[in-house]
Amino acid sequence: MRVGLFIPCYVDQLYPQVGIATLHLLEKYGCEVEYPADQTCCGQPMANSGFEHLTQGCNDLFIQNFAAYDYIVCPSGSCTLHIKEHLHGSGAEGHGGPGTEKGGQLDTDEAAGVRKKIYELVEFLTDILKVENIEASFPHKVGLHQSCHGQRGLKLAQMTELVAAPFSKPEKLLKMVKGIELIDLSRKDECCGFGGTFCVAEEAVSVKMGKDRVADHLHHGAEYITGADMSCLMHMEGILRRQKSSVRVKHIAEILDSKG
Amino acid sequence: MSKKDHASLADAFNKDEPRVDWHDKTLWFIREKRDRAAQKVPEWEWLRSTASAIKDNVLSNLSEYLTQFEAQAQRNGVVVHWAADAKEHNDIVYGLLKKHGVDRMVKSKSMLTEECHLNEFLSEQGIEVIDTDLGERVVQLAGEPPSHIVLPCIHKKKEEIGEIFHEHLGTPAGNADPQFLTHAARLHLREKFLTRRAALTGVNFAIAETGEFVVCTNEGNADMGAHLADIHIACMGIEKLIPLREHLGVFLRLLTRSATGQPVTTYSSHFRRPRPGQEMHVVLVDNGRSRHLGRKDFRNSLKCIRCAACFNTCPVYRRSGGHSYHTAVAGPIGSILSPNLDMKAYSDLPFASTLCGSCSNVCPVKIDIHEQLYRWRQVIVQEGHAPAAKKMAMRTMSWVLSNPSVYHTAGKAGRWFMLNAPFTVNNGLNPWWKGRDMPEAPKESFGQWYKKNRK
Repeated sequence: MRVGLFIPCYVDQLYPQVGIATLHLLEKYGCEVEYPADQTCCGQPMANSGFEHLTQGCNDLFIQNFAAYDYIVCPSGSCTLHIKEHLHGSGAEGHGGPGTEKGGQLDTDEAAGVRKKIYELVEFLTDILKVENIEASFPHKVGLHQSCHGQRGLKLAQMTELVAAPFSKPEKLLKMVKGIELIDLSRKDECCGFGGTFCVAEEAVSVKMGKDRVADHLHHGAEYITGADMSCLMHMEGILRRQKSSVRVKHIAEILDSKG
Repeated sequence: MSKKDHASLADAFNKDEPRVDWHDKTLWFIREKRDRAAQKVPEWEWLRSTASAIKDNVLSNLSEYLTQFEAQAQRNGVVVHWAADAKEHNDIVYGLLKKHGVDRMVKSKSMLTEECHLNEFLSEQGIEVIDTDLGERVVQLAGEPPSHIVLPCIHKKKEEIGEIFHEHLGTPAGNADPQFLTHAARLHLREKFLTRRAALTGVNFAIAETGEFVVCTNEGNADMGAHLADIHIACMGIEKLIPLREHLGVFLRLLTRSATGQPVTTYSSHFRRPRPGQEMHVVLVDNGRSRHLGRKDFRNSLKCIRCAACFNTCPVYRRSGGHSYHTAVAGPIGSILSPNLDMKAYSDLPFASTLCGSCSNVCPVKIDIHEQLYRWRQVIVQEGHAPAAKKMAMRTMSWVLSNPSVYHTAGKAGRWFMLNAPFTVNNGLNPWWKGRDMPEAPKESFGQWYKKNRK
């Protein structure tokens, strides 16, 4: 199967090791992986700020880069959800220039295909590759941060608000890792407060939410905080480092690809 | 944007971190109570879907149900009034009081009258209104609006309530014992109930089939007011209808479990016809609801039954307080209802969310609250309510991210990002840096690594 690897812009620029671990994992499970060099961003930073009408350039570029693959895999629940819910095609050759403003009403079969073919890494491992065995070792106490878009949007895990049977795809994978000890949290799926532009537009509340989320992990003895979205982890890392904490963040791909 | 926006009001609220912690924990406690109550009902998700479907039906046939309700209520001897907006509503209430020469009135909880600013209006006309819900009485004495639609004074600590009661009701200074203070309030309110000839209540559910309406309270204050008064005025938004009496079985099971985690409100009182010698009035208020019904992306927020579960679960609400929303109905639901009333004044509210989606999950009538927040952001920007600097930044960002060559030549890995990404933008007052360290820029980007190692 031919897999197009989508590495979100901020992961490409700031956390290349997460991209590398993702690539390793996909190759390890027999995927023929390619990373289209011209990719940039899913467009979510603009769209969540109310500027979805400025995202057609990103949409067209994304479709151009990824439409040909059997699957598209991305180590971010949030970016994946954005593509699934908001990507639409314009049918344009090439892509939009500065300030191109096309309405959000256009769509193409190619765009519909992309929306259907894109998977977040964890769900791709559990649902498509049906991974039952992970050769990894990470002998540490780890707290799992359930990023909201992955959890409530992509349903990577059951949500505490609902009266429904529990399950967790990231936990299922992490439990296969040798030596790992997953800690419990007082608030299993509370938002960390990153929220894209929210993190600067609502700086006070964002930081307070982040501090509270980090405190829950620290209180339960985490040595590492992991999750399927690097953006939440980046926000919590910023708080941990400001507190001079020795606790680190690690994307779930890094742990699943870890030799301990 | 004016200083009266959510971000700056929330910033002020966060200056007192222990208080934020206290506020957050108080409301999280209620969210957990709600979870336990819901978990005891195996058919909970079915109840939510059913309630949602009933309300969808109401919204699609609102005019028919309203005329049916009016006819049934009139048959029961209730006088029905129609108010197009807040002013008409206030004038109708004032007109009724004036006709009967009443200058003092008791009022049980009604967010609609908050929305219409009835108290201020009546006070200007020389009419004294006593809020009889304990929490509402507390904020009324404090000269503040409610900060929460179910728990109006949840932002006040018991010591502060003790001070307010000392000042206004003459309780001993320094006494903050909840039981003592409640007893003092009871004596104070008892006198008001006994001497007021007019009582105003809200409406939780109005039943088209029978023309009756149901008012839910935990304190029985709506009943005390209505049963002792010569005139009972019930004010309701036109979306409060349900078609059949049997539908109450769905909504009453959901309402209080969602709101406070109780199985049902202490009092769920049915009002059908005036007792002999009493006048009963219902005021049906539109105030923007018809306009809202016409917005197809937002209309289903009119399903709301005002349980405030979305408030209690919202991590932003818990850490910013109700007053930071500067509107009658705060919290996530307020952030999708208020822009309909005044888009410019409330253009900040749809942005006061991380779009985490917890609100939509607790909503007993399954309103897609976080998706509507996202859609309001688009409308607000399209209607020209985005700050110019933000527009410029977004255009630049969109241009770079649409052009791989520009993106890739932006320089050393991470540098463009550090300078331009909305969460790390370095404008000298970098809001990221205030409470967080910056990520470290790596030696190379993933793209650069891939080129060297795979191709």
